[in-house]
Formats: sequence, C-alpha cells, structure tokens
Amino acid sequence: MKRRSVVKYAAVAAALSLGLTACGGGSSESKGSDTVRVTLANHVWTEGIKAAIPEFEKSTGLKVELTQLGEDQLSDQYNVKLNAGSDEIDVMMYRPLQEGKAFARNGYLADLTSKVAEDASWNWKDYQDGPVKATTYEDKVTGVPIITEREVLYYRKDLLKAAGIEVPKTMEELEAAAKKLSSADTAGFVARTGKSAAVTQFSSFLYSFGGDFTDENGKSTVGTEEAKKAYAFYGGLIKNYGPKNVSTDMSWPEAMAIFTQGKAAFYTEADSLYKNATDPAKSKVADTVGFAPLPAGPAGSKPYNIPSWGLAVNKASANQDNAWKFIKWATSKERTLEAQKAGVPGPRASVWSDPAGTSTYPKDLAAAIAVSAENGVGHDRPQVLTVGKAREIVGGPIVASITGADASAAADTANTAFQKFLDDEK
Amino acid sequence: MSVLTPARTSGRPASAQENFSAWANRHRKWLFAAPAMIFVGVLIIFPLAWTLYLSLTDSQGSVRAASDFVGLENYFTVLTDTERFWPAVGRTLSFTLVALACEIILGMCIALLLWRPFRGEKWVRVAILLPLVATPVAVGMMWRLIFDPNIGFANQLLGLVGIPPQPWLSGQDSALPTTIFMDVWQWTPMVVLILLAGLTSLSEEPDEAARMDGATAVQRFFYVTLPLMMPTVIVAILLRGIDALKTFDILYATKGKGGGSFHEVETLNVYAYGLSFDYNQYGLSSAVLILFFMIIVGSMWLLTMRKKAVSK
Repeated sequence: MKRRSVVKYAAVAAALSLGLTACGGGSSESKGSDTVRVTLANHVWTEGIKAAIPEFEKSTGLKVELTQLGEDQLSDQYNVKLNAGSDEIDVMMYRPLQEGKAFARNGYLADLTSKVAEDASWNWKDYQDGPVKATTYEDKVTGVPIITEREVLYYRKDLLKAAGIEVPKTMEELEAAAKKLSSADTAGFVARTGKSAAVTQFSSFLYSFGGDFTDENGKSTVGTEEAKKAYAFYGGLIKNYGPKNVSTDMSWPEAMAIFTQGKAAFYTEADSLYKNATDPAKSKVADTVGFAPLPAGPAGSKPYNIPSWGLAVNKASANQDNAWKFIKWATSKERTLEAQKAGVPGPRASVWSDPAGTSTYPKDLAAAIAVSAENGVGHDRPQVLTVGKAREIVGGPIVASITGADASAAADTANTAFQKFLDDEK
Repeated sequence: MSVLTPARTSGRPASAQENFSAWANRHRKWLFAAPAMIFVGVLIIFPLAWTLYLSLTDSQGSVRAASDFVGLENYFTVLTDTERFWPAVGRTLSFTLVALACEIILGMCIALLLWRPFRGEKWVRVAILLPLVATPVAVGMMWRLIFDPNIGFANQLLGLVGIPPQPWLSGQDSALPTTIFMDVWQWTPMVVLILLAGLTSLSEEPDEAARMDGATAVQRFFYVTLPLMMPTVIVAILLRGIDALKTFDILYATKGKGGGSFHEVETLNVYAYGLSFDYNQYGLSSAVLILFFMIIVGSMWLLTMRKKAVSK
C-alpha cells in the first residue's frame, strides 16, 4: 500500500507541475516568451552588441539567448532550421545580398513593413537607400541592415614612401606601383583568390572597367569586352605581382593575413574589415597602413556600396514582437553610433553626417568611404536566388586568369553557363 | 482473440493489468525489439525513404516549397554529368583506395613492430594513438596551417634543407594527395589497433613450426602470419573503407565548399553537400546521395562476400 501512495503522490506532483508549466506557457503565449533567441555571426558588430546585451535585458526585462556562429555554419544552420519551419530562432543575422532574396521567397522572413514605420523616433527614413533596397523584397521590408561596406584600397605607406610612389588613383597606376614594389619577399598586390570568395571584391573592378554581371534585361554580361578586361586585369595583378605560390582558395582571412604579415604592398578589400589591419594585436603593419578609394578604371572608380549584414525576424517564430524589440534596440541610432565608433560602418545617414560617427576612423579611410559611398554600386554579386551557384560560375574566369589560363575564353564559357543559369532560374 | 484466456481459467474476470501482462507475454519478442525498431525506423529508414522521394522530385530552394514529381530525371542529369559528378566519383574512389592501401600496409608494419613486447612499449602505443583522438575538423585546420604555401611550417622546414616550397593543398594536382596524407596520418592508428588485436590472438604453433622448418622471417610473414590474419585484415578494410568513402570533415575544413576553386578534392560527399547547402538543389543532391549510398552498400557487400570466403 505504501508504495502505491508514493506513486500516487508522484503522479499528482507531476500533473501539478505540468499544469503549472502549461499555465506559465499559456499566459506568456499571448505576449510571447520572455526569452528572445538571437542567432548572430562572428563579426565585430556582434562583439559590440554582445557586450551591450545586459543593458537591453535590464531595460526590457527580457532575456536574450545568444547563439554565435561562423559565416558558413550560420548559413547551414538557417538552411536546416528554416527549411524545417523551426521556431527556435527569433532574431537572425543574415546576408541580404547572399540569402535575402531566397529566404524572402521561401517565406522564412517576417514582414516588417508596418513595424519599421510605426516608430518615428527610431526613424527608418534615416537609412541609406542602397541598404534599404537590399533588405526589401517585393515592396515588403524583410530586414534591417546593420553593416555596410565598400571596397577600398589598403596600402603600405612606408613602402610607397621609400619607393617614392604616389598613392595610385587609376588602375594603370596601381599596376605600375604593384610592379615596382613587388620583390622577393613582398608581393606588390594581394586580394582574394577563391573562385567564389573573390567574386565580391572582383565586382568593383568589373564595374570600374564598365562591366556588370547582368544587363537591365537580366541577360548575362560576363562575356563582354569590359568584363574580359576586368578579369584579365584582376587575375593578372595577382598572377604577376601577387604572393609566390599563391593559392586559389584565399578568402579574406588568408589574404588579410598576408597583408598584415607585411608581405604585400597593396590589398583591395571591404572597408568594414579595416580593424584587422590597424589593430596592433592582429597586424604587424598596423601603424603604416594607408587607405584610399578604389583606383579608377576606364569607367571611373566604381566600388560596390552594400549592406553586408542585416537583422531579420524568423516568420515561424512565436515571439515576433519581442524579436522586433531586440532589433529596434540593436539598430537604434545610439547603438549604430557606438558600433560605428568601434569600427563597424553602419547604414544610418545621420550617423555618417555626425562628426562623432567618423571620429575613430583613420582620416584617409573616412575620406575613402565618403567617396565610395557617393559613386558606389548597390550590389557586389549577381542578384539571383541561388547566389552560391552564380558566384561559382562568374568566379571561374577570375581563377583561370590567376593561374595564367586564357581569361577571355574562360569568360566566354562562364557567359554561356551563366546565361543558362539565369534562364533556368526564371 | 484469446487475450483473456489465462484469467478465465481462474474463473474470475481478468483485471486490466493481467490482460496487459498476458498480451505482453505473448508479444515479448516484438516488445523487447520495439525500441531498437523505432530507432531504426525513425533514424534510418525514414530519412532514406525521404531522400529517395526527394530524389524523384525537382525540389529546390526550400524543402517545404511545392515541388513536382519528375521521375528519374535527376538520376539522368547526374549520371550524364561529366563535369562534376563523374570526376567526384573518381576522386572518391581514388581517395578511398589510396588511403586504404597506405593505411593497411603502414598499419600492418607498425602492428608487426609493436607485436613483440619491448621497452617503452606503452609510450610508443600512446604516441601512435594520439592522432586518433583528435577531431577531424581540428586535424584539417591544423594541417591547413602547416601546409600554408607562404607562412606554413611545412615549406619553412623544406626551406631549411634547401628544397623549394611546394604548393601542397593549393596545387591542383597536389591537393588530393595532401588530403590523403592527412587521412593516413589520422586513421592508420585505428588500423594498427585492429591488426594488433588480430596478431596477439594468433596461436604461436604455426609460426614455430615454420621456424623449425627453416623459413625466413619474410617467408613466415607471407605464408603463415598473413593468411591467418586475412579475416582481421578484411575487417579493418571494411571498417576503414566505409569511413574513407564518406570522408567529409578533412576535405571541407581544408578546401571549403566545392572542394577548392577547381573542385580539386570534391568527392561525392562534398559535392552532395554543396548541392544542398550552397545551391539548395535538394532533388539533385538526393539523387547523388542515393547513388552514393548504392556505391557504399555495393562495395560493402563485395567485401563481406570476400570475408566469408576467407574465413571458410
């Protein structure tokens, strides 16, 4: 008998606790959970926000559960979880140009149109046009941009001074300078070389030579004369004046490492990564790094000017209101200013016009950014649904050119393949 | 239905509990196997069936998006793809065969050295087992740093003895051999373990008899030890072979998506991964996976047949 009563008590206790949790869940259901689950990428911006989260938790009484992942892992997570309709993510940091279109079309992103409009003090109108366009899908706002970037020229002041060379203003001058500065242990020029990774940085060269990935009718233009010249130029710089034994797998961490180890004179890369080059803890050349706008090609200096990351709300999340509260806080003018001061170029016009917004930037970098923001192009990769595949196709001629193969023939091949890809995607 | 039989014989209506235990008694073989069956069903059969289904549709973008049934079209596309699929099959097989051959031969040599007791045996064993306990992704990252063409340790070491720097992972022709080397480095210890277990369980008599007859060490190995070891060797090949066929982490950690800019190390696994996670072409990727699955099952079947023949 005794045993049975123990079982009975246990059963009652279990039922009670179940009932209690059910009540708890029930009452909070109406206003969403008190825990906001946020997934962020490893990025300088994330470091700043992470440090400030306690402030948000204190002022709202909400709890933030943070997951932080590398870029590739992040994108794999989204592929798996969003595909499965998981509600485990409330706020997600994503790449509007890489995944935005596909995510929006698949219905993974909540519609934020009314939310961004409702609070005038938060001020959606303060956001630059390019970034806003990139996070809008079919007239619906699906995300809030947080980081913008433009391609700039990183260079070694000491090497240029020693050789008596001016900072190159045109592509020809860049090539001549790279040639003059390349030596046995220092490369004249370094940049990304990976087929897919290099596409974004190559895009600015493409635009500056007068080309693009597609024309206004959505036809492939990577086989045009302009594009061929750009491919040959970018690949040629790396092949002729790049590091010895250059690999064709470099993304920014590898290319940046070569530059910050003092093994290259020029480097073209996104401005948002500048801290890696100027931070003495990470860079051997921290005090001799200079910045300049992308040198002008035949069509002028046309770097990309894009939002590389944004925040969005998972459409399957049951906690959308609190998710929005988090985004509103994380993208407020104050926070954007803080982030920008810490080295993350933001998307808010008011922060850029505020002297405090550029106070922590190296002067030449701030100037380069201002120039690039003005004549920048709003995309840095083909604007399609399956960006990953498109990048592999249009990146082919870059690698061909780096390895000394016929860039022109490779561009023709890529053009045919890319046109077929575009037709298939329609 | 005779569920109530045991209770009825006692002349009173059976309680629910008695009913259940009677039912459970008669179905106990199913009942005990149920957890394992559910496990197999949920984690093996369902995913396989789902993959098979996806491979017959044009699913892409999102698995939840509407997709059409296209029959065997994906298989046709894949099997006629000489640009990515067949080279990937070739790489998968050459990676597996070369890695396996090196591991078995090297493993056998090391196992023979460790067979007889010697001083410091314990330390040697620990040292040999070290690579085995490291995570493959970490192993990949480590070798990637070592083999970096410009700042890597390997080329600096070569420089010390006057050999010019090698492209290792960055070369189009040298990338696959380099990843094979990493696989051999990491997995030979496992083969050593298996073969050593086999060696120590061999009886001494045949070897002694051969020695009496004046056979040399080499003769004794090839005519006595090796034939006796054959079943163990095949087990090692089987275990390591399946693993090598589906190698992913080392390749992905060193060369990334697509197995490098020229797909230098793109095996079937890396290809299928890229198809689903980079291109979001779930139908096509499922077809590749089903074909891959068939290759694995086929080679496993061949090896088990061989093992049976040897054991007889």
